[in-house]
Amino acid sequence: MTLNVDEGAPASAEDLAGDSHTLGQRVHELLHRQPALSPAIVLVLALIVFSFLSNRFMRPANLSLVLQQLSIVGSLAVGQTLIILTAGIDLSVGAIMVLSSLMMAKLVSHNGLPGGLALLIGLAVAVLASTINGLLVTRIKLPPFIVTLGTLGIFTAVTLLYAQGQTIQLAPGSFLLKTGDIHSIGSFTVTNGVLLMLALYIVVAFALRYTAWGRHLYATGDDVEASSLAGIQTKRVILSAYIVAGVAIAVAAWVLIGRVGGGDPNSGANANLESITAVVIGGTSLFGGRGLLVGSLIGAVIVQVFDNGLALAGYDPQYQVLATGFLVIIAVSVDQWIRRVKA
Amino acid sequence: MPNILSYRGFPKPRALALAAGVTALAVAAAGCSSSKNTSGTGGTAGGSSGKSVGVSLILKTLTNPYFVSMEKDAKTAAAKDNVKLTVAAGKQDGDTQSQITAIDNAISRGDKGILITTNGDAVNAALNQAKKAGIFVIALDTAPNPPSTADITYATDNEAAGKLDGQYAAKALGGKKAVIAMLDLFNNQVVSVDIQRDHGFLEGLGINPNSTTQNGKEAPSGSYSGGEYQIACHQPTQGAIDGGRTAMENCLSANPNINVVYAINEPAAEGGYNALKAAGKQNGVLIFAIDGSCAGLKFLGTGEFTADAVQYPGKMASLGVDAIAKLAAGGSKPTTSAGLSFFNTGTALATDKPLGGVTSETSATAAQACWGS
Repeated sequence: MTLNVDEGAPASAEDLAGDSHTLGQRVHELLHRQPALSPAIVLVLALIVFSFLSNRFMRPANLSLVLQQLSIVGSLAVGQTLIILTAGIDLSVGAIMVLSSLMMAKLVSHNGLPGGLALLIGLAVAVLASTINGLLVTRIKLPPFIVTLGTLGIFTAVTLLYAQGQTIQLAPGSFLLKTGDIHSIGSFTVTNGVLLMLALYIVVAFALRYTAWGRHLYATGDDVEASSLAGIQTKRVILSAYIVAGVAIAVAAWVLIGRVGGGDPNSGANANLESITAVVIGGTSLFGGRGLLVGSLIGAVIVQVFDNGLALAGYDPQYQVLATGFLVIIAVSVDQWIRRVKA
Repeated sequence: MPNILSYRGFPKPRALALAAGVTALAVAAAGCSSSKNTSGTGGTAGGSSGKSVGVSLILKTLTNPYFVSMEKDAKTAAAKDNVKLTVAAGKQDGDTQSQITAIDNAISRGDKGILITTNGDAVNAALNQAKKAGIFVIALDTAPNPPSTADITYATDNEAAGKLDGQYAAKALGGKKAVIAMLDLFNNQVVSVDIQRDHGFLEGLGINPNSTTQNGKEAPSGSYSGGEYQIACHQPTQGAIDGGRTAMENCLSANPNINVVYAINEPAAEGGYNALKAAGKQNGVLIFAIDGSCAGLKFLGTGEFTADAVQYPGKMASLGVDAIAKLAAGGSKPTTSAGLSFFNTGTALATDKPLGGVTSETSATAAQACWGS
């Protein structure tokens, strides 16, 4: 396995384009070089199919709702992507998000803190929690799956003890509710939450593509030993992924407050798995080192488009679960096929 | 190739020692707190502890103030009745495994009674074992299936609660066409409270649910008691605000003319209201919830909810504790309410827009018996 620190595109193996002949081989190579291509194709197909199933689907008002609906999981997926790129996984991102959002809401409504300060504390809590995950992975060398399975329980319990199961209402006009504010362009509406999520994608994608940190992250995820031999501080790189993920989780927490109108310990209950689903459907490999951030955004859009499209077409909600399950299996199959060494 | 389940290398002895230390601390902490809970006779009235009655309260989850309220009132009743109360709960709705473990623990502890809000039929076998061991089983909130799995059920009539909302809706529409959004609980499991409330609401409107076990089997359009109706959607909400909002957004996209919203509970209704408000459609839409929490009743005052069918979870739990204490002291077994298969702890319709011909109470009156904070 080669270290691809100096390659132009962040694909994980050599460019094999030179001596290919059959169509299958060419597709194989194209998908290898462009990890976000297969989810993009799925998305376009889904958009076409649903526009036939319901004449209301393609309306700007509906498409803008889909964006608003995915803004929480989409933000979480940024953090999840970074961790999966290091060949890790984080089962606790949703739990940290709920903890952080409840703290922000409660600090404002029960303790009378200004919204900005509460936001900073919520951010610190999310970064700290995610950093604890990272330290357990890098220092005590526990597998990320196990670490975050444990902290999932811990963070969830802390949240419930802290909130005592209660929903926390925020007074209208509270600074923390700003992520729910709506801007309209005709019948297309975006919330500040959607804009915040998109900003997060742009900043982190830029860092992944154009900084040494980004290159090191891909290299470490692809082959931790080779990267270490090449002089990369792999532990530090992995820890940094968890720290940046903490920031992304805090953004998700703030966006959640805007949608819920306060803090709710039950909202976001499925966000852990949904963020992993978005990343996997988006073409990022669970084995690390391969994938693009934009793929995760597309993955989150796909899941939400299926939910919304099936609901609009009047299908039993059961089919939403069914479709998502198939998408995950297909996405992982494609990843396996792409990774297979050419004969 | 690295795998998500694989260790990144064998831990160093120092790291192992640290991990072991952390585990030991956690176990010690858990030991301390559990001994405090179970044998909590400490310095008070030593000697009587041997005679006190053991009761297990097994809840669906502790993430919902509804069940937290059961816990609170059960503890108050237990203190009064000299009952040694052990509280357990599922990790989430539908978690039957944690509940089965709690039932097994009650059997080995030699408890006199179990109060349980079951997470599903999978707990039935364990409950039958408990009854065989001589434990009196009281189901709270919802009857198990079959109801004979418990010795008796202390519950609200969920169907009656839904019906109150539905009857009010029929009256409030005054003959107008009803375009109805149904914000249900789940799409991946069948929970009786979900079905009973949904069906009760439809029956209250005068619509036949056409099933006793499934939601969404009613005719998609037809006549209700006051005029024409159309079902715009059945969407799952997970009983949470974000789920309620997403569900309502999808419903509104599919049918912008919705004027009646049924929600399984208050958080789902709140999410539904948030979606309507964001779309600028909150006025002129009737929103119905079921729960009666102190927080939820406030939404009647602000006009976000039209009506709320209130229930009394704390009463179920405290009456249950009382019944077992009485039974253990040689008293008689509790009996069901007249004409019902369970002990009815009641329900009432709360609204701040009372209508002639519909019995209701104001949110202020309802708040005197509300749960949560």
